[in-house]
Amino acid sequence: MSSAPRGVSSLFSSNPGKRVLPGFALSMGISLLFISLVLLLPVTGLIVESAGMSWAEYWAVISDERVVASYRVTLWAALIASLVNGLIGLLLAWVLVRYEFPGKRLVDAIMDLPFALPTAVAGITLAALFAENGWYGQLFALFGIKVAFTPIGIIIAMSFTSLPFVVRTVQPVLEDLPTEDEEAAVSMGASDWTVFRRILFPALWPALMTGIALSFTRSLGEFGAIIFIAGNMPYISEVTSLMIFIRLQEFDHAAASAIASVVLLASLLLLLAINLWQARYLRRLHGR
Amino acid sequence: MLNKPRWITRVAGALALTAGLTAGPAQAADQELLNSSYDIARELFSAYNELFAEHWQAETGKSVEIKQSHGGSSRQAQAIIQGLRADVVTYNQVTDVDMLHERGKLIPADWRDRLPNASSPYYSTMAFLVRQGNPKNIHNWDDLARADVSSVLPNPKTSGNGRYTYLAALGYAQKAHGDDQQAIDNYLRTFLGNVAVYDTGGRGATTTFVERGIGDVLLTFESEVNNIIAEYPDGGYQVVVPKVSFLAEFPVAWIDRNVQRNGTEELAKAYLEYLYSEPAQRLIAGFNYRVHDEKVQAEFAERFPELELLPIEAITGDWETAMREHFANGAKLDQLQRR
Repeated sequence: MSSAPRGVSSLFSSNPGKRVLPGFALSMGISLLFISLVLLLPVTGLIVESAGMSWAEYWAVISDERVVASYRVTLWAALIASLVNGLIGLLLAWVLVRYEFPGKRLVDAIMDLPFALPTAVAGITLAALFAENGWYGQLFALFGIKVAFTPIGIIIAMSFTSLPFVVRTVQPVLEDLPTEDEEAAVSMGASDWTVFRRILFPALWPALMTGIALSFTRSLGEFGAIIFIAGNMPYISEVTSLMIFIRLQEFDHAAASAIASVVLLASLLLLLAINLWQARYLRRLHGR
Repeated sequence: MLNKPRWITRVAGALALTAGLTAGPAQAADQELLNSSYDIARELFSAYNELFAEHWQAETGKSVEIKQSHGGSSRQAQAIIQGLRADVVTYNQVTDVDMLHERGKLIPADWRDRLPNASSPYYSTMAFLVRQGNPKNIHNWDDLARADVSSVLPNPKTSGNGRYTYLAALGYAQKAHGDDQQAIDNYLRTFLGNVAVYDTGGRGATTTFVERGIGDVLLTFESEVNNIIAEYPDGGYQVVVPKVSFLAEFPVAWIDRNVQRNGTEELAKAYLEYLYSEPAQRLIAGFNYRVHDEKVQAEFAERFPELELLPIEAITGDWETAMREHFANGAKLDQLQRR
């Protein structure tokens, strides 16, 4: 890499930036306080709530047959939704960064819509579109495919709510990618596919992976958009967040927190694994 | 610059309007009351609050502003247990009011004895909404267990409405099969197996049936069914009221601990007692709930067909037993839904 690489690698460099904020001690103190109050304390509260249970009770709650069925539905749907988002998100980011076309700013702005929209609104709208009498649902019905009120509906709701994660993590990396390497490769006779495979993809891969992981973990916990389109049939289309909601309706906070802790743990482990893998991958990529 | 004067009048008009709007709440009422209620009672209580405020003004010369808070009634009860200082609750499930005693010790255990009709000023039952002409020929609960019928109801795990429907079906099966527990279970299993969508709440189920065109029959409160008919006068739906159904009570209570702290004890009691008065009962019947006042009953007789209403006592003893034996985690409902 000839020019000084910005973007990903600078994120991981140890070079401290300009000191705009007063002193390290103060900035760090405020940051840690904020993390504790806004992130760690609520999570601790969640765990404490389920701590009143014995291990046997805890296990009974989280290994309940119906709850396990909900893990299966949620995991599969989230996996498919995040992979689909990985593909489409990469394409969208590519188009937004590398091409100029009328209405580009608009498309770019629309990208964030799923974040801005209340997820319940998304769920109601999607259910209306994909019901058998809806605009899309009618088309699917021609082929005998039911989307709304089936697990496919869950996948669609998850894709919708978590698409921006992929686009917004890949986009800046793609923007900062120097074009010299590509040009050099092309001038030496590399095909488009080779350029993509050997030059672009290795640089984009960590960001794409992060986007997919974020999209996946977000989907694990999604509730609002899903309940309206899932049909919520026991063992078939009940997601884990609904099981948590049900326990809360039964005034059983401990059980709800227990199930929530499973989702929390799964997300945490996944994010941790991705971060570790990414750090190693980047070290290798930049030969550090 | 012809536009300028017009522009100025518009701004002046907007300012005057804003001033007018803000002036409303600024005239503080003499007293305030917070009513914590269930989701679909918004319209009913907006109308009732107006009626009561007039009555209270005439009676005591004081103006009263009633604030409303609506939501799923279990969630509403939780908010009060966690410290929301509502003065009165008007719910659609006895169990949610019981929670205020059990979890929060905010009201006495015998709260149901403090007002007439077990503290339930009005009631309703579960009815069916079918598509125009009743193409599937649905008349009673046994039709819902037929292989060619698919139904829509809210999830009994998340909605009182759904629990009532389950109990109504159970009551019917007990009548039809007597002591044959096997037959009762078989009926309920088929009935639940025919459900096309379990929405988390009553309004969601209505939307699924009406707007999305899912299912042959919607099971919900008689009041809701009639409201849908009124909302879609030629929308192609008709009401079927089964011969036997569940007596769904709508309990009310003042929250002793809160009214003492808020100094609203007298007002809160009056607010709930007035629900039993003739004008209030007439208003409530207008919203398609069944009422106890005989005179009003006669006026609205046409709207509410006669049927056998089973109270909870006739089906599973009491609410506590019903929750433990049927709706608790791993209880009957879970067993019936197991594949």
